[in-house]
Amino acid sequence: MTQAFDAAAQQALLESRVAAALAQAKRLGADACEVGASVDQGIGVSVRLGEVESVELSRDQGFAVTVYVGSRKGSASSSDTGEASVSAAVEKALAIARHTGEDPAAGLAPAELMARELPDLEVHHPWALTTDAAIDLALACEAAGRGVEGISNSDGASLSSGEGVRVYGNSHGFLGSQRGSRHSLSCMLIAEDAQGMQRDYDYSSVRDPRQLRSAEAVGASAAERTLRRLGARRPATGRFPVLFDPTQAAGLVGHFLGAIAGGALYRQASFLCDRLGEPLFPEWFSLVERPLERGAMASAPFDNDGVYTRDNTFIDSGRLASYMLSAYSARRLGMESTGNAGGARNVRLQAPLASREALLRQMGRGVLVTELMGQGVNGVTGDYSRGAAGFWVENGEIQYPVEEFTIAGNLGQMFANLAGVGEDIDTRGSIHTGSWLIDDMTIAGS
Amino acid sequence: MNQPTSVPAADRALDTAVATLLAPTGLGLDDLDAGLGHALGAGIDFADLYLQRSWHESWVLEDGEVKEAGYNIDGGVGVRAMTGEKTGFAYSNQITAEALAETGQTASGIARSGARLSPQAVAVPSHPARYGAEDPLAGLSAEEKIALLKEADRIARAADPSVSQVSASLTGLYEVVLVRASDGTLAADLRPLVRFNVSVIAIRNGRRERGSAGGGGRYPMARLRDEGVAERYAKEAVRQALVNLEAVDAPAGQLPVVLGPGWPGILLHEAVGHGLEGDFNRKGSSAFAGRLGERVAAPGVTVVDDATLADRRGSLTIDDEGTRGQYTPLIEDGILTGYMQDKLNARLMGMAPTGNARRESYAHMPMPRMTNTYMLAGQDDPADILGSVKRGIYAVSFGGGQVDITSGKFVFSASEAYLIEDGRITAPVKGATLIGNGPEAMGRVSMIGHDLELDTGVGVCGKEGQGVPVGVGQPTLKLDELTVGGTQS
Repeated sequence: MTQAFDAAAQQALLESRVAAALAQAKRLGADACEVGASVDQGIGVSVRLGEVESVELSRDQGFAVTVYVGSRKGSASSSDTGEASVSAAVEKALAIARHTGEDPAAGLAPAELMARELPDLEVHHPWALTTDAAIDLALACEAAGRGVEGISNSDGASLSSGEGVRVYGNSHGFLGSQRGSRHSLSCMLIAEDAQGMQRDYDYSSVRDPRQLRSAEAVGASAAERTLRRLGARRPATGRFPVLFDPTQAAGLVGHFLGAIAGGALYRQASFLCDRLGEPLFPEWFSLVERPLERGAMASAPFDNDGVYTRDNTFIDSGRLASYMLSAYSARRLGMESTGNAGGARNVRLQAPLASREALLRQMGRGVLVTELMGQGVNGVTGDYSRGAAGFWVENGEIQYPVEEFTIAGNLGQMFANLAGVGEDIDTRGSIHTGSWLIDDMTIAGS
Repeated sequence: MNQPTSVPAADRALDTAVATLLAPTGLGLDDLDAGLGHALGAGIDFADLYLQRSWHESWVLEDGEVKEAGYNIDGGVGVRAMTGEKTGFAYSNQITAEALAETGQTASGIARSGARLSPQAVAVPSHPARYGAEDPLAGLSAEEKIALLKEADRIARAADPSVSQVSASLTGLYEVVLVRASDGTLAADLRPLVRFNVSVIAIRNGRRERGSAGGGGRYPMARLRDEGVAERYAKEAVRQALVNLEAVDAPAGQLPVVLGPGWPGILLHEAVGHGLEGDFNRKGSSAFAGRLGERVAAPGVTVVDDATLADRRGSLTIDDEGTRGQYTPLIEDGILTGYMQDKLNARLMGMAPTGNARRESYAHMPMPRMTNTYMLAGQDDPADILGSVKRGIYAVSFGGGQVDITSGKFVFSASEAYLIEDGRITAPVKGATLIGNGPEAMGRVSMIGHDLELDTGVGVCGKEGQGVPVGVGQPTLKLDELTVGGTQS
């Protein structure tokens, strides 16, 4: 049940479709045009209780065209990258552009910002994985977890492996392509005591299959994470420091990035409007973007406007040094694109790093948060209130698991109250960070 | 308007589906049988084909102009082949004989040996249609759609000088669905879905707040205009933003909570609904597993999942396996009486499917999902419910929620809430997250209003990465104690 994916042939095909669409749009009267196309193929298997649950072969295609007629814009997209469908999309986009209103900021990014060099960033590592081998890995992962004493049930283990090509071109003559791959293995387990059931999970997600954590390690870690939640109590209501584990700290970075994104700023929908140059974090903290890092999760030489990506510094010694802008949002704000159409790529922090033990000692009495739930983050005001689970800490040591409580504050105040960053860096996503210790949050529990 | 219940409606849906999905590539219903034959490989005991085509349109207003509009066409076929608890799944964005053969053979690779079954003879049941079959995008011209958005902008800006930003959107989706399964199922559905939304930013004395409102359902876009949604949602969004400009910090700790009618029913969706989906209960991973017939909520609490409501966002004439959409009691007077099932989990649990199999698209596998989930009305006067609270929270609108179905912990985040002091609503409070345990929270429902309302048609439910439109509803409710996640401890 394997299917071959010829990345080079797919790339050539998509490039020809993009070029054809650009030519057609010009012929039909568009003043400018941009086209994105992608194809992704993969396999996903899931197992549960030692048996195969599902095998899924996926192949997703996408095609999106935007045309500009004067300062009017129209867009159309389809999951079909066939010739007829592409042609119909161009016509539909032009039809829409006859109805939309004038937008002086509309249009392509400036031609001089187009990426000139398109280095291979080593993010395409196909995996010649048979269905049987994928099943065996998932089975081994789940078995390692279920073999740990105390695990009573399983939500299963999954392995997915895929690769794809994305192509972007516009009427400046820019045509960029990038191939990529992603492989991941995950396991979710259940344990039970008199108080009830708990579940937790772990996963590994990589570009290069050689870097995938072993199935046994992922399964065993999922079991450990599940078992440590048993016997959870509710913490007392009060004001305490909170240590966010690396996954949750990455979420805080995400909220920050959302608030400096051009789209939120020109809509006045961010608590960081008009704060450029101001101190937001402690002086020892900087946050940078490294889009050209080789082999990293979000590496790309050009952004979704075709603009070259570059190392950005968003927080420089605690101060807000740069917003995160696309060509459009930059025009709306009277600024220049930062090469961030489509978001931030490979965010890294620069700060003195402390061990987990040192951070716990520094915290003394408070809560280590390992899970957050719900959507209680208001990007307009920075108000923050989320459901949480984790561990109660006394005298710098973990005491017992805690659950069914909330942590609340305001992101602006939380950033200012950042008291330490851990060396336990999680490298699985686009944002790499260790734990964050934040002073003085409100915990609502029993 | 909704079509009257009739067999011709089902026939028309099937004719339209054949003309839309099969005819363009020269296929007929016989070719589906051939496709099913490929999926019914050796050892496969059930297979189905799900064919879909969808047209999606969106118009977005910002800064007083409709600057963005988009159009998307999607479609293809998803093929499942099952043996016991195992599922093989493949899909293609082409609906051709070759694609049917290839996806069918790929999916049936899940089993390697065993008997070859033949598909059962087709039975086309007549399902009462729960919504009209018209293409909802066709009723209004582009000019009329733009005018509707500009009206919302004008009304929102005129409503209060503190309104600094207005965005409004109008979206419409038309889906044509055809299901053919080896158990003899042949069913089609034509599904309209429209929505209108307004979001505003209000700024006063350096403080900035958002308000938003919207709604829609399974009906033509023209009905949005006829019902005056531009004015209604523009005014509602501004009202909410102005309330939030006055909001004070919310308290932290355990308090009585009164939930307003309608959209706060996402409490039920999170605290109860997900935990009653068949897959989680078959696997024993839900806090409600094995509790059929037991008390899981206070007396008086009756919760149903109802796909049969006319024109509602979560309604389904048939589900994505071709099973008729149904009214399924989940909790009756506090006793757990039912789960929501698809065919796979119903078969494995020895139960009947309840018409709750849903999938985001042909490229996703179906699973048990909610449709419209709500609590039936009780006897209490909402004023008496508020009057009974010495100090607590009155929450009337929410941003969203989440549940851990295994531990039962759920959260949902208020976007409009007030303090209750001595039985009266006083200051508005900043959005706080409420957290609780599903079965425990349901046991603490102490008063149920007589004012059942359904939400305005904005819900999207996510499960395993798949989003589907849903509805929620409830009367005014009092929970004696829930943890309120404010900042004032």
